Amino acid sequence: MRHTISLLVENKFGVLSRIAGLFSGRGYNIESLSVGETIDPQISIMTIVTSGDDQIIEQITKQLNKLIDVIKVVDMTEFDHVEREMVLIKVAPKQEEKAEVLRLAEIFRGRIVDSSQNTYTIEVTGDEKKIEAIIELLKPMGIKEFVRTGKIAIAREGVKK
Amino acid sequence: MKITGAEIFLESLKREGVKYIFGYPGGVVLAIFDLLYDNKDIQLILTRHEQGAVHASDGYARSTGKAGVALVTSGPGATNTVTGIATAFMDSIPIVVFSGQVPTPLIGNDAFQEADIVGISRPCTKYNYLVKDVKELSRIVREAFYIAMSGRPGPVLIDLPRDVTASKTEFTWPEIDIRSYNPTYEGNRWMIVKAAHLIAKLKKAVIMAGGGVILSGGSKELRELAEHTEIPVTMTLMGLGSFPGTHNLSLGMLGMHGTYYANRAVQESDLLIAIGVRFDDRVTGKIDAFAPNAKIIHIDIDPTSIKKNVRVDIPIVGDVKRVLTVLNKILEEDVKEQWGEVRKAWSRQVDEWRKERPLTYTFSNEVIKPQFVVEKIYELTKGDAIITTEVGQNQMWTAQFYKFDKPRTLLTSGGLGTMGYGFPAAIGAQLAHPNKLVIDIAGDGSIQMNIQELATAVVNKLPVKVAILNNHYLGMVRQWQELFFNERYSYSHLHSDVVPDFAKVAEAYGAVGLRAIKPSEVEPVLKEAFKIKKTVFMDFIVDWKEKVYPMVPAGAPIDHMLFEEAEKKAEKKLKAVK
Ligand SMILES: Cc1ncc(C[n+]2csc(CCOP(=O)(O)OP(=O)(O)O)c2C)c(N)n1
Ligand SMILES: [Mg+2]
Repeated sequence: MRHTISLLVENKFGVLSRIAGLFSGRGYNIESLSVGETIDPQISIMTIVTSGDDQIIEQITKQLNKLIDVIKVVDMTEFDHVEREMVLIKVAPKQEEKAEVLRLAEIFRGRIVDSSQNTYTIEVTGDEKKIEAIIELLKPMGIKEFVRTGKIAIAREGVKK
Repeated sequence: MKITGAEIFLESLKREGVKYIFGYPGGVVLAIFDLLYDNKDIQLILTRHEQGAVHASDGYARSTGKAGVALVTSGPGATNTVTGIATAFMDSIPIVVFSGQVPTPLIGNDAFQEADIVGISRPCTKYNYLVKDVKELSRIVREAFYIAMSGRPGPVLIDLPRDVTASKTEFTWPEIDIRSYNPTYEGNRWMIVKAAHLIAKLKKAVIMAGGGVILSGGSKELRELAEHTEIPVTMTLMGLGSFPGTHNLSLGMLGMHGTYYANRAVQESDLLIAIGVRFDDRVTGKIDAFAPNAKIIHIDIDPTSIKKNVRVDIPIVGDVKRVLTVLNKILEEDVKEQWGEVRKAWSRQVDEWRKERPLTYTFSNEVIKPQFVVEKIYELTKGDAIITTEVGQNQMWTAQFYKFDKPRTLLTSGGLGTMGYGFPAAIGAQLAHPNKLVIDIAGDGSIQMNIQELATAVVNKLPVKVAILNNHYLGMVRQWQELFFNERYSYSHLHSDVVPDFAKVAEAYGAVGLRAIKPSEVEPVLKEAFKIKKTVFMDFIVDWKEKVYPMVPAGAPIDHMLFEEAEKKAEKKLKAVK
């Protein structure tokens, strides 16, 4: 099963490679990873999406906890939480499909952040399903490339599953 | 007053109580070496290879319980430490390794003798540091010793750029405060109570003790637990010495080359009390078939060890000594049992297994059996020695035939299985215990991996004894080739009955070289060696055909054992297992 794990870590050099090394060294897989600052500039937050059975996930969280630079590990999957991801999609639609692309962007509350003679770049934010849906819908209209940020997650206040 | 990074380094080590550094110089650490030249508090032991320095610091640590220290130069000096660091890491040994590094402005430029040792050592250290600012140095050193020694111990590396050791600042000695590192020492009381009740209830219990017992200093508590509840104790390789091998409750080692009775007892137990172990595959054999009927209580300071390899019914995260203290108290005060009655049938059964297949070998009058040498060493030392081993058959025979009664008397590379460990480790141990007999029980292959340390031993007048079980082969490899590869001895023959002449090598280094070819010579050679207050190599030309038995083929359940007398029959069975 897939799990979204949130880590508070010391904002020091080398921390990312300790975490990446833990995953690669033990054969766990990282589906996505995002890193950013927190309110306290000495602490970074990482969101890792990984998958495995219960035993593997338990090992992953314990191993992460054991890393000296890791302050806190939360398996978000155990909590009610909000997940978001952003994607930038560059599409090159045929002339007659341009309107449809713009319509889709609007339905998904996307924004056109760049356009050229032949392309639009659309920014969409949402959970994974939404991101995958827009990609699927735009594919027939000629996606040139897309870039996803990876997931970030935050717990809903005061609710534990 | 401002002092240099090099001075801060030495002052910090002094405050950590360091007396010896094992090391090797080079360009970027010369400022430190220069200070060591007339330092009265700290002595540097110059090894002949950086790997030797790290193993020696590891031997020092294992034999004393204090952190060992090594100091090497950048680049090749640093990369040469990797095997030693990984060896310490796998066995949870506290050492602090200092590597020189090129000056910070050059880092990343492929400077002369630059190696990214922080990157290289990341997966095999408990933690590591690159010191970027001299102001951080004393704090980092203090933290490093704390991290190495606390929780589940392990190696820590500190990379010291040359400019950092040259720049100056005020010396400070800040208290340690690592918010993200808080090892759990006290076990959960509720879990311990549950464990006590299981111990009281179940009738076929076995204790499995590992290196964690030794690391936590919990041997006394382990003994109390075993004696009070009359539960037999088996040990992993790393656990040998945690419980007296001569005790009537001792089952010796379990696992691939464990005793028949230990493996049977574990397999048929209804309760396995695993203390300070991590369930290595050499111990469990086929994991799904391991202790199939047992409830498992697992006590370990490292939460990741628990449920990593085997299912656990009662996990207790904590320091072994503290958890056992609480457990013993509960068992004595609250669970008043007539243990003798409860365990009677079980101990009778275990005794039957003991009688059925004791540890044996076939003695010969013509050719020296390696097990005979180990037995004689035990007899002559009466167990009062520090034994190190190399890796291979020599290691297993030592584990089987030397009865370790006290913790920290067997120093062996268990997790990584590093050939070349034993001799430098013996040097480190001898330095810490000048009046003890320190013996490396070696193989002819392994000893050649760090044989250059003869110079270190001789120059420092360390009377380390090395007993080479010379079977002319990479014996353990040869054993597997015989059993599993149709006797095709591909590149495992070393010809070490002729090359080298170990006695002469020893003599060339200024040590004493002795040789025994006949069984009758074994005892006189050992006696002579133990009398001489010098480094001695003993070359025992042993039966090259000898194999380590019992043996559980890799991947088989641990009660599927092969025995010496069944060699031929066994071969067929083995193929079936594979
Ligand atoms: C550094 C290293 N290289 C290779 C091995 C694989 N290996 C395990 S045992 C062994 C043979 C050891 O030979 P020797 O030291 O003569 O010991 P014996 O088994 O003959 O007692 C080898 C090559 C190892 N454990 N360590
Ligand atoms: Mg050999």
